[in-house]
Amino acid sequence: MPPSADVDAKNLARRYGRRWALADVSFSLAGGAVMMVAGPNGSGKTTLLRTLATAVRPDGGSARVGGFDVAHEREDVRKLLALLSHASYLYDSLTARQNLAVVADHLGRSRAGIDALLDRVALGGRADDTVATFSAGMRKRLSFARVLLQEPRVALLDEPYGQLDPEGFVLVEDVVRELKAGGTTVIIATHQLARAASVADEAMLLEAGRVKWRGKASEVPKG
Amino acid sequence: MLIAALRKELLLQWRSRAQFMAVFVFGAAALLLFSFAVGPVAEMLRQFSAGFLWLGLLLSSTLTLAESFHAEMENRALEGLLLLPANPRALYYGKAIANWLQLILLGIALVPVMVVLYDAGTTRLGLLILIIALGTAGLSAPGTLYAAMTAQVRSKQTLLPLLLFPLIVPALLASVKATSLIILGDPMNQSGAWVILLVAFDAIYWSLCGLLFSRVVEE
Amino acid sequence: MKRNLFWLAIALLAAAVYFGLLVTVADQYLGADLSLGLPVVARTLIAFLGGLAALVIILVADDFANLRRPKALAAAGILFLLIGSYFGLFVAPPEQFMGETQRIMYVHVPTAWFALVAMTLALASAVVFLFGGDYDWDARMEASIEVGVVLAFLLCCQGAIWAKPTWGVWWDWDPRLTTTAVLLFAFLGILALRKFAEDPHKRAMWSAVSTIVAYVDVPIVYFSVKWWNSLHQQQSNPNTVSKPFWIPLRANAFGILLLMTAFIMLRARVAALRLKHELAPPPVLTDAEMGETV
Repeated sequence: MPPSADVDAKNLARRYGRRWALADVSFSLAGGAVMMVAGPNGSGKTTLLRTLATAVRPDGGSARVGGFDVAHEREDVRKLLALLSHASYLYDSLTARQNLAVVADHLGRSRAGIDALLDRVALGGRADDTVATFSAGMRKRLSFARVLLQEPRVALLDEPYGQLDPEGFVLVEDVVRELKAGGTTVIIATHQLARAASVADEAMLLEAGRVKWRGKASEVPKG
Repeated sequence: MLIAALRKELLLQWRSRAQFMAVFVFGAAALLLFSFAVGPVAEMLRQFSAGFLWLGLLLSSTLTLAESFHAEMENRALEGLLLLPANPRALYYGKAIANWLQLILLGIALVPVMVVLYDAGTTRLGLLILIIALGTAGLSAPGTLYAAMTAQVRSKQTLLPLLLFPLIVPALLASVKATSLIILGDPMNQSGAWVILLVAFDAIYWSLCGLLFSRVVEE
Repeated sequence: MKRNLFWLAIALLAAAVYFGLLVTVADQYLGADLSLGLPVVARTLIAFLGGLAALVIILVADDFANLRRPKALAAAGILFLLIGSYFGLFVAPPEQFMGETQRIMYVHVPTAWFALVAMTLALASAVVFLFGGDYDWDARMEASIEVGVVLAFLLCCQGAIWAKPTWGVWWDWDPRLTTTAVLLFAFLGILALRKFAEDPHKRAMWSAVSTIVAYVDVPIVYFSVKWWNSLHQQQSNPNTVSKPFWIPLRANAFGILLLMTAFIMLRARVAALRLKHELAPPPVLTDAEMGETV
């Protein structure tokens, strides 16, 4: 098992046009820990995850994932990390199985594990249907399978509970526990504080692109 | 890596083969309309047939090129691949080659239309296909690079031709001239020079655009 | 901009003007020999290299700080253009074969030179930005492209004006003129792309990439049009080599050089101001404001 990767951010900032989506965020998270990030809409949760995942470059400050800089050592960061994004990263015209096959091919992995993964996210019966026919919740499940296929050392989950049914919630919790058991560092951005608190060790509250509170998941202040 | 990228592109194209048919019909309709600009004089139409074929192919190619990034952008699938990480250069060449193959097919499919409408037959089919392959390679390499940019902005439909058309002037000129010489006869044996120009254009842009692609898709 | 670098550039310009223009004027109209014993080739080389070096030094060392220098350069440029126009329109004799029409060459030829120079500056800025990531070069690239586009547009207009009385058509498919037109459209496309890209990083990257891709096309377009048009009559070039022709040509060349430098400096200032706004660091909250959010 490769060593766990820790995540460090220092004065991280990112703008969209004139608006600072992320103004000044610093935190550190030990390898193997599970942290939930909460905050109102527009507080910078998604931007934080996208910056850590090297999907967008930071406009200020710096961050390291597993010791690699997200601005300058993107290739190394990307090898460690998987992002469950708002965008599904799926091709609508391909089937569920083909979508995962594309990912496996690009990772240089065999396609052998794909069926098991599809069963894992309860899509085994729809493996050969195109994603265009999927509901939002099913797309989310497939995106989860995509993250698992990457076997990440750091998993960034943006709104993992969104659009899922109650069984899906259980799936998310199982997956997070499984990742944690394997030593993967997990960051969950969510509005579902109570749910996430059941799997997270630590928590961070964001507001207007800044850290408002940081501490244990069990001690998150109400309101 | 390149194999994986190419496999993905061909699969995507196969799933959207209806799109190819639509582009072909568009190209054929363009060829039909061009003849109205000249009038029903068989000799004149034959004279202009090569130019019309390539203009039809050029107009259709902007549809093909833009469409090839549509699937990448709707769910940010391209970003998903880059974060795996997939090699941007492999992604570029995968897409450029797939676009090239589709444009070759389109060009070959438009040849019979040209022959029928403009009475522009030739027996040198092998050479004609070679010119179509070299000419569409010149459209595909810079076209794929520019489509990657314009797919990310509003008013992509205008911007792609605006950027692409001036750039491919040499490839267009050479393709039209060479095709013309094939159809109308080549007593001075000039088509070789145009083939060399096309090969040079293709070599320059296939290497240059591959080098620059990662700058265009990375944040 | 470092003061001494600016004055070095001015000194180079002075040397270029002295050997390129003053020596010829004195020789032609005053009968004085100011050549300091230098042969014609050396004088021409000094004028050519000195002018270009001054342009490069001024633009590279410019930190977009003051407005006096570009304004002074623009004023000097206009002065040279007035002198050049006076000599070109009233002093120089009509050309032997092409008559009065040929006078447009006094402005057409320098415009052509500096359209190419501006595009080359854009290419250099693009390459430096791509490898260094310094946004000052994005500002210079934007300025050079715009000035280059204006010059290329003027060039096409002048070419059409020249072609009508000479060949009876507005547009002659001359390789140089056609290449300029293609270049004009290619760079107009890049300016349009810049307008649509909102993110400064993407805007800079995309225009740098497109500039390189478009510039590489220039020689290919030129040769393809040349071959394509090979059956067409070859145009005769006005070889204006005798001294009365030199003076307006060179005065205008210095005029356009100075004016172009000034325009690029001014336009780069506008771009740099916008970039400064777009790239400003996040607002720092005071302790009181921080207290409010917690």
